[in-house]
Amino acid sequence: MLNKNFYLILIITLVFAISFWIGFNVNLLPAEASINAPIYDELFKILFIIGLIIFIGMTIAVIYSLFKFRKRNDQIGDGIALEGNLSLEIVWTIIPSIIVLLIGLYSYNIYDRMGGMKELNHNHEMMSSNSEKIWAGISQTSDNEIAINNLSIEVSAMQFAFLFNYPKGNFISGELHVPVDQKVSMKMESKDVIHAFWVPEFRIKQDIIPGQPTILNFTPTKVGKYPIICAELCGPYHGGMRASIIVEEESDYNEWFNKNKKPEVNL
Amino acid sequence: MTISIDPQKTNNESLQPKGWLRYFSFSLDHKVIGIQYLVCGFLFYLIGGTLASAIRIELASPMSDFMPRDVYNQVLTLHGTIMIFLWIVPVVNGAFGNYLIPFYVGARDMAFPRLNAVAFWLIPPSGLMLVASYFVEGAAQAGWTAYPPLSITTPQSGQIIWILSVLLLGGSSIFGGINFIATIIKLRRPGLKLMQLPMYCWAMLGTSLLVVLSTPVLAGTLILLSFDIIANTGFFNPVLGGNVVVYQHLFWFYSHPAVYIMVLPAFGLVSEILPVHARKPLFGYTTMVFSIMGIVVLGLVVWAHHMFTSGTPPWMRLFFTIATAFIAVPTGIKFFNWVATLWGGKISINSAMLFSCGFIINFVFGGITGVALAQVPFDIHVHDTYFVVAHFHYIVYGGTVFIIFSSIYHWFPKVTGKMLNEKLGILHFIITFIGFNLCFAPQHWLGLNGMPRRVAEYDPQFQFVNQISSLGALLMAISTIPFLINVLLSVRNGKDSGDNPWNALTPEWLTSSPPPVENWEGEAPLVEEPYGYGKKISERK
Repeated sequence: MLNKNFYLILIITLVFAISFWIGFNVNLLPAEASINAPIYDELFKILFIIGLIIFIGMTIAVIYSLFKFRKRNDQIGDGIALEGNLSLEIVWTIIPSIIVLLIGLYSYNIYDRMGGMKELNHNHEMMSSNSEKIWAGISQTSDNEIAINNLSIEVSAMQFAFLFNYPKGNFISGELHVPVDQKVSMKMESKDVIHAFWVPEFRIKQDIIPGQPTILNFTPTKVGKYPIICAELCGPYHGGMRASIIVEEESDYNEWFNKNKKPEVNL
Repeated sequence: MTISIDPQKTNNESLQPKGWLRYFSFSLDHKVIGIQYLVCGFLFYLIGGTLASAIRIELASPMSDFMPRDVYNQVLTLHGTIMIFLWIVPVVNGAFGNYLIPFYVGARDMAFPRLNAVAFWLIPPSGLMLVASYFVEGAAQAGWTAYPPLSITTPQSGQIIWILSVLLLGGSSIFGGINFIATIIKLRRPGLKLMQLPMYCWAMLGTSLLVVLSTPVLAGTLILLSFDIIANTGFFNPVLGGNVVVYQHLFWFYSHPAVYIMVLPAFGLVSEILPVHARKPLFGYTTMVFSIMGIVVLGLVVWAHHMFTSGTPPWMRLFFTIATAFIAVPTGIKFFNWVATLWGGKISINSAMLFSCGFIINFVFGGITGVALAQVPFDIHVHDTYFVVAHFHYIVYGGTVFIIFSSIYHWFPKVTGKMLNEKLGILHFIITFIGFNLCFAPQHWLGLNGMPRRVAEYDPQFQFVNQISSLGALLMAISTIPFLINVLLSVRNGKDSGDNPWNALTPEWLTSSPPPVENWEGEAPLVEEPYGYGKKISERK
């Protein structure tokens, strides 16, 4: 006869094995198309596995209790008069605290790698003056890189469209074209209500707020066409407020850019 | 301190209508008010549920083809507002709180019976006003969050009626909160110590503190918003130099605690139900009390996790990530304690127990996605998507509404003296549990893959998963039928339950079912061990 501990260890091992297997084999996320995406997916995988272990474990505990400790027809009276157990309480206070703390530190690390902790005010070339308040978005630009390397785009959102202004080419486009593997820096402002700029394949989102410009920086890594989705309720046609981001090879991008570029007016 | 019966009140009581008519009167009896809250809340639940069904019908196809787009936004706004302010908050606080708290503290009524009746009678008119606003110029259509500038630029009459209605409901909630705090602190039967109170009292004390601290902030915010709408002030209007993000801070300062106002009472109710049907003491009473208070304190300092994409500075994002994630610790303690309460019990598998266990499973799932959502980098992708919709329905439906049903099965014999039909109850549970999970589990995937919330149309690649979700919603709608049949039949023809069908030890069962107007024929019993299961009678204090 095997003792109770053996079964307990067996079940815990199985729960871990199943959770890890699902975590590594079930993909719930769309394609990865920016530098942010693999970092995000790494965090997702860790949270997914920890979540599965806790969820499967708790569910088994509840269903097992219901089955094992159900009242049989011939039974009368009460269960055991167990009112608590201090060491158990300490265990399930401290272990979750440690898990939560580790997840917090880890997600801080992820956030830092995404560029979320960078100061944005100093590396944006379109800053008209230092007094203008730029609200934080996510930045992929590191401190020592010069902002000129970035492709700078001004985004304006309105009910129910996005407009992308390319200041260098002096033109406005309804489609966002960007070259692959190059940092893009966007300054976004809304003309009416709050909108949001979301590209699921890039794992980035930032609200576009009237009266308060926000910044969003990203680096696409995969050529293709991806949806830009407004994610903040902005009126009746909110569900239809979409645009496309087209990530192209640099040569294709340059061709598109030159075709749309408006010449400087010379007097 | 002694309990005295206000002679004037007794006189009034004899003048009040008897029988079912008293449920339509300005009754001062906490038991009548509790039932008024419950039935009124359930009627609004049916309205909110109908609106939810309309949303799921619209979303069964990718095009916006079932109703006009602005009507869709009105429907989702009313659905959210009704479910929160007219169903869950009044029922878990007002209905069960009014019915149970005076029993639990050994009082004959709430501390302020008239204020109590006023708090209830604010609800039906504000609810009807809210629903009726649809027929004026269209209801509010800026979502239940009413973010400016959208709420300033959409048709004004609907938005103003919405604000007035939420203000009245908030007032009702504050009156109730003050009443609960006063009753629990001041009306306890002589000899009854705070640490001997049933857990629901602690949950209601914590909840009422949150209500009293945070609801006035919502009221102030909405009054400022109404100035922006009708008097052209510029508090939140960017055109006039207002700041839209400040509104979000103020709004969520109430509306995140509102989540705990909706779930803490459910935590209290499940702590009453599990020990009775598992025949075991509540595991870890003291840690349960401290974890409720921990949730109250932490719940007040996590609001900005709703605003991670609103242009909040990095330090603020970090602070709110850590604070939010740490709520998982006291919440987790409670769940471990409930499972430990089941462990080694003699569990009766009945409708009340099944709904409570369904609650544990659903809420653990919603809690796990909640910890994930607290992480800024995780949230930035899924914020304002169906992932969030799925998460909070796991908390408020899979959590609180399951407990409301569990509580109805548990306390129905107390209120009516009749048993509910167990077969219909278990059928109700099975359809609800399957329907709920079928409806909301797939929505996590939708959110992760690119479907934002509050949309009437979506990318056709999501059609199949949306149809599964709509099928689940259909099952949830169907699940109310066995429940309604059960309640309506059992009220008249149910099996007599006797005074204490569950052999429970909490004070409300130590009187007749239904209880007399003054709750006990004689003195209120002193219950020092509300969870003393498994002990011989002689050992119980």
